[in-house]
Amino acid sequence: MTKTPVHGRITTMNIPHIFNKKNRVLLSELTKTDFKLRYQGSVLGYLWALLRPLMMFAILYIVFAKLLRFGNDIPHYPVYLLAGTTIWSFFTECTSQGIQAMVVRGDLIRKISFPKYIVVVSATLTAVINMIINLIVVIIFALINGVEPSWTWLLVPFSLIELYALSLGISFLLGAINVKYRDITSIWDVCIQALFYAVPIIYPVSMVASSSVLAARIILLNPIAQTIQDIRHNLITHETITTWNFIDNHFLQFLPILIIIIILISASFYFRKKSKTFAEDV
Amino acid sequence: MKNTFGTRTEINNPNSDTVIKVKDLSKSFKLPTDHSNSLKGSIFNLLRGVKGYKKQQVLKGLDFEVKRGDFLGIVGRNGSGKSTLLKILAGVYYPEQGKVTINGNLIPFIELGVGFNPELTGRENVYLNGSLLGFSNKEMDAMYDEIVKFAELEDFMDQKLKNFSSGMQVRLAFSIAIKAKGDILVLDEILAVGDEAFQTKCNQFFNKIKKDKTKTVVLVTHSMENVRQYCNRAILIDNGTIKINGSPKDVANMYSLENAERYSDNKKDRPKTSEFIKDLKVKLLGSKQPNQKDLVELEISYNVLNDTDTFVGLTLWDINRGQAIMNSNSKHKICTGRGKKTITFKTELPEINDSNIRVNVSIRNQDGIILTYFPDEKSPTIALRRDDYKDISNKTTDAILFRRGDFNVKEN
Repeated sequence: MTKTPVHGRITTMNIPHIFNKKNRVLLSELTKTDFKLRYQGSVLGYLWALLRPLMMFAILYIVFAKLLRFGNDIPHYPVYLLAGTTIWSFFTECTSQGIQAMVVRGDLIRKISFPKYIVVVSATLTAVINMIINLIVVIIFALINGVEPSWTWLLVPFSLIELYALSLGISFLLGAINVKYRDITSIWDVCIQALFYAVPIIYPVSMVASSSVLAARIILLNPIAQTIQDIRHNLITHETITTWNFIDNHFLQFLPILIIIIILISASFYFRKKSKTFAEDV
Repeated sequence: MKNTFGTRTEINNPNSDTVIKVKDLSKSFKLPTDHSNSLKGSIFNLLRGVKGYKKQQVLKGLDFEVKRGDFLGIVGRNGSGKSTLLKILAGVYYPEQGKVTINGNLIPFIELGVGFNPELTGRENVYLNGSLLGFSNKEMDAMYDEIVKFAELEDFMDQKLKNFSSGMQVRLAFSIAIKAKGDILVLDEILAVGDEAFQTKCNQFFNKIKKDKTKTVVLVTHSMENVRQYCNRAILIDNGTIKINGSPKDVANMYSLENAERYSDNKKDRPKTSEFIKDLKVKLLGSKQPNQKDLVELEISYNVLNDTDTFVGLTLWDINRGQAIMNSNSKHKICTGRGKKTITFKTELPEINDSNIRVNVSIRNQDGIILTYFPDEKSPTIALRRDDYKDISNKTTDAILFRRGDFNVKEN
């Protein structure tokens, strides 16, 4: 008797099954649908994927760079700011879509059996596509602004993967809880607001460091801050303060990455355990 | 609390004839009581030491097997657990206890057109639906033309689904369901779709698949007509257990009879009853499931407390068709005065087709005015089941009379 239990369709995230053909097709179909439908019925369509972060950038630029005069000590500050807001919007979009994915796709989960993580991944992939489009805009702005292309640009994808891993981990963990307790969506909205100010997006790290070096170091231990600063460092100006050049302790330097790994692994296990009853709870 | 689960395994063993094996399957749901769906509610419940949910046992130790080529009907009243069973077979719900083994590629249709999106075109929806059912784009390419042709929607596939009529949407979804290439089809009450022409097509398809010994179908339905027509086996589920596992005829009969007993209509317009008639009893002496030759025997007894002359009025009421089949009375054998009266009634029912019949009895005075009657919900019901149908198509259940008469054909 050829007994091959196909757990891939029921239990989730059995490594060999994550990328089997069926699941790949489903993932790409769901992502395509998500992306197609996102801007359906709006006049400017996909252009909104670009316009939204640009508009947010314009507001922040006027308020913080022009009115409050932040970042005078940073070269290419407008692009520096744009890179920060772009990465930040990626993180917020990724997590909020990911957390809600199970509920949004509840009708599918209740009626068909498929690995549930696909729903979360497909929801976050739309954010990834948007981020890539936006990053191209950032690069164009950077070139216009006179930023010299550098070999360190090649390091940017690693930081993005790191941030995506974190977003995915948060989405799995909170998304799984959100199936039963819808409060999570609201709680996460508040967390996002708080995090926005805890991460050096609109203010330069140097501003914090000038009043408290310790505070600046703590800020840089946040994985989101670490990745955003790394991307700015590698993409825009090597004068950016990063976790690597501002914290001396080697263990602490790697702490942000360790946090991401721990979150992703534990979240995956939790999600996998809970996914058995998603169809009943959602 | 520890979460223990049963197992659901998918295997692929073409040598085995058993395609679905269910062993000791149980499932219960935790139904949240009031507020436990929010964090606040859960914390409150935790603090008060309340569980916050009620356990409802939906399936209680089911055992059955489905062989390759079977067309299994699953019937049962609403809430009996049949849809839960189907969802467990499909892998949507996890078995709580017991073992489910699926041998082959199972395609579930708990609902038609899962994931259909009105903003996508017909074509895009077909591929999306296909990917949800586990088909690659290549496999869908191979099936696509057939699906569209069966749905008769060749000219519409590049339109958005929201511009389809609801009938067209259902037709498309249904075509995917039946053209999908799987070994085991699991269908949940989705047969009655489309117009008459489409129905005929579906009918043909199901008759074809019934004969196909490589395909297995599990069908949940309320239509006993479908069970009799397509299934070679059926299961009646009642309150989470299997009541009968047998021939479609037995299961369908049992189901109809149960429902007939449970639902008795016209409770309104009850006439006033006389206080002088007591202890009215109506008893069915013969079989509950007679055939056309069996004797239907009733015993009616009542007590008259004053000097009234009485007789029995009797109606055979067809529950499904909602009309009286026969009225009769014992006016010619009137009972005089007070005392206990016992009257028996005997008849055969040779002329009528299969019917579920309720026996309504009333006691009347000599002027024919009703003094009392036996309540519908207590009245005996008879399920007439003929055994002289030559084949299934001979049996036209929507007609009351059994077929009769001669044709005289003259050809020049």
